[in-house]
Amino acid sequence: MARLPDGDPAPRDGALPAAALAGLGTRPFGLYVHVPFCASRCGYCDFNTYIPGEGAVREGYAGAVLAELDLARRVLGDRAPAVDTVFFGGGTPTLLAPDELAAILRGIEERFGLAPGAEVTTEANPESVDARALAALREAGLTRVSLGMQSASERVLATLDRRHTPGRAVAAAREARAAGFAHVSLDLIYGTPGETDDEWRASLEAALEGAPDHVSAYALIVEPGTRLAARVRRGELPAPDDDVLAARYELADDLLSAAGLRWYEISNWARGDDARSRHNVGYWAGGDWWGAGPGAHSHVGGVRWWNALHPARWSAALADGASPAAGREEPGPEAAGLERVMLGLRLAEGLALDAVDAAAAEQAVQDGLLDPGALTRGRAVLTRRGRLLADRVTLDLLRQPA
Amino acid sequence: MADQAHIRNFCIIAHIDHGKSTLADRILEMTKTVASRDMREQLLDSMELERERGITIKAQAVRVFYEARDGETYQFHLIDTPGHVDFTYEVSRSLAACEGALLVVDASQGVEAQTVANTYLAVDAGLELIPCLNKIDLPGAEPERVAAEVSELIGEDAESILTISGKTGEGVEEVLEELVKRVPPPEGDRDAPPRALIFDSEFDQYRGVVAYIRVVDGVFTKGEAIRAMAAGTEADIDDIGFFTPAMTPVEALHPGEVGYLITGIKDVTKLRVGDTLTTKRHGATEALPGYRDVKPMVFCGLFPINNDDYPDLRDALEKLSLNDAALAWEPETSDALGFGFRCGFLGLLHMDIVRERLEREYDLELMATMPSVGFELTLTSGEVVEVHNPSDMPDPARIQEIREPYIKASVLCPKEFVGAVMELCQERRGEHSGMHYLSADRVQITYDLPLAEIVLDFFDQLKSRTRGYASLDYEVLGLRPSNLAKLDVLLGGDPVDALSMVVHRDKAYEIGRTLAEKLSAKIPRQQFDVPIQAAIGSHIIARETVKAYRKDVTAKCYGGDISRKRKLLERQKEGKKRMKQVGRIEVPQEAFLAVLELGDERGK
Repeated sequence: MARLPDGDPAPRDGALPAAALAGLGTRPFGLYVHVPFCASRCGYCDFNTYIPGEGAVREGYAGAVLAELDLARRVLGDRAPAVDTVFFGGGTPTLLAPDELAAILRGIEERFGLAPGAEVTTEANPESVDARALAALREAGLTRVSLGMQSASERVLATLDRRHTPGRAVAAAREARAAGFAHVSLDLIYGTPGETDDEWRASLEAALEGAPDHVSAYALIVEPGTRLAARVRRGELPAPDDDVLAARYELADDLLSAAGLRWYEISNWARGDDARSRHNVGYWAGGDWWGAGPGAHSHVGGVRWWNALHPARWSAALADGASPAAGREEPGPEAAGLERVMLGLRLAEGLALDAVDAAAAEQAVQDGLLDPGALTRGRAVLTRRGRLLADRVTLDLLRQPA
Repeated sequence: MADQAHIRNFCIIAHIDHGKSTLADRILEMTKTVASRDMREQLLDSMELERERGITIKAQAVRVFYEARDGETYQFHLIDTPGHVDFTYEVSRSLAACEGALLVVDASQGVEAQTVANTYLAVDAGLELIPCLNKIDLPGAEPERVAAEVSELIGEDAESILTISGKTGEGVEEVLEELVKRVPPPEGDRDAPPRALIFDSEFDQYRGVVAYIRVVDGVFTKGEAIRAMAAGTEADIDDIGFFTPAMTPVEALHPGEVGYLITGIKDVTKLRVGDTLTTKRHGATEALPGYRDVKPMVFCGLFPINNDDYPDLRDALEKLSLNDAALAWEPETSDALGFGFRCGFLGLLHMDIVRERLEREYDLELMATMPSVGFELTLTSGEVVEVHNPSDMPDPARIQEIREPYIKASVLCPKEFVGAVMELCQERRGEHSGMHYLSADRVQITYDLPLAEIVLDFFDQLKSRTRGYASLDYEVLGLRPSNLAKLDVLLGGDPVDALSMVVHRDKAYEIGRTLAEKLSAKIPRQQFDVPIQAAIGSHIIARETVKAYRKDVTAKCYGGDISRKRKLLERQKEGKKRMKQVGRIEVPQEAFLAVLELGDERGK
């Protein structure tokens, strides 16, 4: 299931090198809060989540998060900037009561302050929120809600083990609007075994009926170790086919664009720049963020680290006054260069040409993978064909080490 | 030292696993040459690879003393012989150093092709044969049946065949007695100009070339100047002696004696197997018969997988050549595979052994191209050229005739597999030349076959179609004209030199189609369509396309995915480096081996 990368040990006090702290505030600063609880486990999911009976306790969870925020404040010191974005992810953050989420948000504000116009998002399962809960969340200061719709097909939702009914997500999106959320996103998954082109088209059309200002559409990944992977291995379900996934992506891009949502990241479309997930853009654009919660990842000034996976180990470290980090790494120049290309290429802004091999970029334009106009403006920006081959283009564009 | 009348020189002829080494060990033990506690299993096979494969590559020669029942002490020289078809010439030289041979046959397995071939060689060499049925202690032994086969093979009464067990020692003393009685003492004139046969040579990094010799006439004394008559090499004898099996120096070796000679020469090609040694002063004018310049029969390109290893590969080949006069090599440059060497071998086993030694002892990662044979061409200009590499084939318009090496293959198998064996040989362009019943149910089938048809996977096919019961031996017949053509493979429209092969025209279409299919399964999808074509000259005979991939992107890459994703891309980057670039097409190493799988397909 969920795995952590290999890395170096992290110091007990979580201290960061001075060089990593030096640039704090010159980049956007985000806070991610991982809420690892789910009512049930979906067969495709390999996130760090726990269902009842797996030893993760909801009571006291918000308090443990606040303890990690104290640690974050100590580690980042007085130069800690105000928080530009907050993101509650999971798991199912809305399994915490709205006042618990509100308490965590207040805790963030007390320790760091919220920057003017800060974006505060929570993920939500359509079946775990209603109009009242959404109103309470808005009241607590959240500005954006991202609903896990996945599909409008009953059959597809069943294959994914999702518990909501096809119409629920769209209704929840409308309720969120009504509760005063300016930004509502719907998450979709395409390429589920058994899904037809028509079902995918219907899902996209249904999502657009909810009038979201943001849509994420992800190709289904059969993650090793999941129940879905086992079913595919046993031949009960067909494995997703890359050519089919490519066609579905193109369909999504066509329909979403026609509805006025433009791609700004490979799997994300938004109605105008304001509707983008600023928090997520931070991941791709090299921003700083602190991830609080079990298994959460952080990045500050070129140092990446990740917390212990199990909530009990994570909270025990915090109770002990120690950093809950399980490992960290400082990618060297070559690895950092790879990260920059890998992440920057995902964005519609692309990345500056000084980060890539010039001849390879020219070739990629010839091959229809990079946008020729952007190249003349000094940016490497993927074409739609290029977006579908982004991993490959990343490798091609890497500069040869001198 | 014994007088000439008390010397017996013999070797052991046996198929792989029929117990030659165990019997040799027992003889050494029973003649008290080696104390039991020093016995290393299978003492004569010293190279690691030999021990692992259970075969003997380098011959050795041990002197033992045997006190016979007649009360006299005899000096035996047991000469070990290489046990594989690739080394027929070496075997023939070892046999030429003997007067007798123990013919050892596994009492449950029976006579195999290799036994037959080597028995004929021994008979041709005029050796006295002492047949023995070995492993009679095993429950599956069928001495009567196998004795009948052996008796048919050598035309001797079944009753006179010894029954022994090298493992328990049963009957081995009888063998020693028979050697005394039946093997004639060496002839040879002590006063004639000295002549000695080199029946093996190996390189020792401290002492240079160690020549294994059998003195025929005259005396070789330490310090004397000698000459190798075929190679023209001249040197002084630094050291001379015999094996116990440890090297034991003596002042001189006399007619009939077997031992070693060291001169300080560092190059095995200067003291080649089969050459005659004589003394510089009062030397012989006539060499011993039978010298042959052994030529490589099978060729393949060896390329380092990591291009930086090229100098290491060259050094390793140089070192191997010190000990292997039959290994030939020259630099080869391939558009697809980079810098490497075209290597020539005696046969397939020799090729495998060299490759394995390069990889194992020199820690090199190698890519071997498909083995091919050497062709002789007459061009329209009348010029005759040799071609060892399909990609060197001249334009068809310039070729008047192509000749390829043929062999006489001899297959021994139980009679129920005759059909399967003949079918295989027919598929491989064989011409049936004989069939002979060795016993009521074992048959020897002989075919003239192009060597090229053997080098791919003939032996594997033979084994699988006869459930392992058939054995194969062959001898080279010479070159014959054939209707051959060069088959090219084009990727993205460009020919790939490392994939060219020479095939019979009648089979070209089928091979081309199969090869294109195999390649299309091995070449990963790229960002453009990759056409794969098989062609003879400008004529395309088969075509496949690897369709461009449309998707290679990770759908989700958020904060927690970055480290993992980066590491995945780093691994892909390494994998990409190991791909061979053919134009813009990335071709994995395995694709170049697709040709090796052609045989599987044909076998179906």
